[in-house]
Amino acid sequence: MAPSAPAENGREYGEAGSHGYEAVQNSDEFQDLRRRFRGFVFPWTAFFLVWYFLYVILAAYFPAFMSTKLFGNINVGLVFGLLQFVTTFGITILYVRWADREFDPRAEAIRDRVLGTPGNPTAPGGERP
Amino acid sequence: MSSVVHTAQSVGNPALNIGIFALFVAVTLGIVIKVASGKKTAAEYYTGGAAFSGRQNGIAIAGDYLSAASFLGIAGAIALQGYDGFLYSIGFLVAWLVALLLVAELMRNTGRFTMADVLSFRLRQRPVRIAAATSALAVSFFYLLAQMAGAGGLVSLLLGLDGRVAQYIVIAVVGVVMIGYVMIGGMKGTTWVQMIKAVLLIAATFIITVWTLGKFGFDFSTLLQAAVDRSPEGSKMLDPGLRYGKNGTTKLDFISLGLALVLGTAGLPHVLIRFYTVPTSKQARKSVEWAIWLIGGFYLLTLVVGYGAAALVGPERIKAAPGAANSAAPLLAYELGGSPLLGIISGIAFATILAVVAGLTITTSATFAHDIYNQVIRRGEATPGEEVRVARMAALVGGVVAIVGGILAYGQNIAFLVALAFAVAASANLPTILYSLFWKRFNTRGALWSIYGGLGSTLILILFSPVVSGKPADPKTGLSTSMITNPAIDFHWFPLDNPGIVSIPLAFFLGWLGSVTSKEYNAAKYAEMEVRSLTGAGAHNQALEH
Repeated sequence: MAPSAPAENGREYGEAGSHGYEAVQNSDEFQDLRRRFRGFVFPWTAFFLVWYFLYVILAAYFPAFMSTKLFGNINVGLVFGLLQFVTTFGITILYVRWADREFDPRAEAIRDRVLGTPGNPTAPGGERP
Repeated sequence: MSSVVHTAQSVGNPALNIGIFALFVAVTLGIVIKVASGKKTAAEYYTGGAAFSGRQNGIAIAGDYLSAASFLGIAGAIALQGYDGFLYSIGFLVAWLVALLLVAELMRNTGRFTMADVLSFRLRQRPVRIAAATSALAVSFFYLLAQMAGAGGLVSLLLGLDGRVAQYIVIAVVGVVMIGYVMIGGMKGTTWVQMIKAVLLIAATFIITVWTLGKFGFDFSTLLQAAVDRSPEGSKMLDPGLRYGKNGTTKLDFISLGLALVLGTAGLPHVLIRFYTVPTSKQARKSVEWAIWLIGGFYLLTLVVGYGAAALVGPERIKAAPGAANSAAPLLAYELGGSPLLGIISGIAFATILAVVAGLTITTSATFAHDIYNQVIRRGEATPGEEVRVARMAALVGGVVAIVGGILAYGQNIAFLVALAFAVAASANLPTILYSLFWKRFNTRGALWSIYGGLGSTLILILFSPVVSGKPADPKTGLSTSMITNPAIDFHWFPLDNPGIVSIPLAFFLGWLGSVTSKEYNAAKYAEMEVRSLTGAGAHNQALEH
């Protein structure tokens, strides 16, 4: 039987039996993967939330500032609003590039080890939740 | 009723509007029947066999998310309230970063069919599934009401039917067609309908935008000036505060709304279920990336459409039209391209409602059949065939609820109903999703307290808010603008329309409190969930199963 074949309860692949997952979780590679992941997504989440609420609060409590005309009928509020679009698009590009280059290869390496079958990213079967 | 009022009630050519809508229905039904041939497994019914590409799913997500509230509601809000309408679209867009960074990929790797798959993964199955299914059904129900209310409002404008009965018949027709899509096509058929609708909607909005800008020499500033000149609000149209800047309460209400919008999207069950239609987390990432580009681009277009409607149609005519603010975009189309363009936009607006309602219905049917019927009632013993049969029945019941709800919700404000759905999603769903994905110590008690606390507090605060009772009477009609229009009935004590600023932090707090007061902790399941969520090990991939 191939190492990736599910056991009767459909949960055990390769080294990842019920204790296997804990072993993987405690491994240096996985800890490193988790640190990198959280190190990327948490600061960026904090950034866009602060940036968004700064905008919301300015719009609610400082309308005079937001109404300042910059050129023609284009005021600070409109530019600030459009900047929210720019940062959203920007963070999306940054994240996708980071995940493709930095995250995926590391996650794949661990996954191949967990499954015991390199090149097969998705074992058949598995637990029915 | 005078003849002047009568001509204002329907614009364009109703036969043409109906014809274009019928054409859309015929074409999409044909496609649904074609893609859905053959017997269906549970995986195919719920997720289309997880065989869609990231790009296809991203387009379908845009089709699911750009609802009547987005298209008609935001354009109308900008046309009437200027800048404050724009604020909605920013919250709706930024919210996708929560989905992209924190939720989409991890959900894809951990779950299989529904939101509850992930929430109950390392907790006690039955109680958590019941709780998650309850809040999922609640969110979908409010969202559904919003869409059906929108359908009713559109009918009177676009089809020239101002009799109540005729409108109810149209709502029923929309409901029946939608049930057909879901029961015949399952998730695969629904996804195709959403993709087609997204492309049509974005293309049509793009044409209206370019056309509108062309009328002002492609100078956005000139367009804004025209909107200012036409609006009774004058230059306030360009500044924040027209709607929310009146006093301290409305400002706080706005912050509360902003919180619910940005945290709600990643807790919407019909959005979450879409992540299961792709085979891998990488494709889930790609889905959200595509969705962000399409949705963001679309909201930029609505800025032009909204101010364009204010400039070219004028707020008086929009307010006088049936459906009021919601008719801004169709009226602009009529102003630009006459009956043919109005017909196209009307057809697309109906298609929009149809596609979103189909997405909601398949979500509720999956939640009911997979979580409640199989996992709770049958304790996981139901065969996939039985599950699909129950899911189809649930879709039928869901469709009937949508029709009845749409008739009852007729006349309610669409944007408000959607905001309510977002508030429940942000309070009842998102805290538990984030805790279970990121917090080791989280457990069953925390999940139950957070879900029921978030859901209960949101509903109670809404019930005792000015939305339901106690808004001052309109001097013209003598009726309150609350849901209960009799101004003598007033039992509100919560000052805000939007409960998020209280209910969201409360749900996070309850999730924490419940967890730290309970000793339950399953190290093995936590390890399995974390490893799977980050690496995709053991992720379900139905596309490779057969």
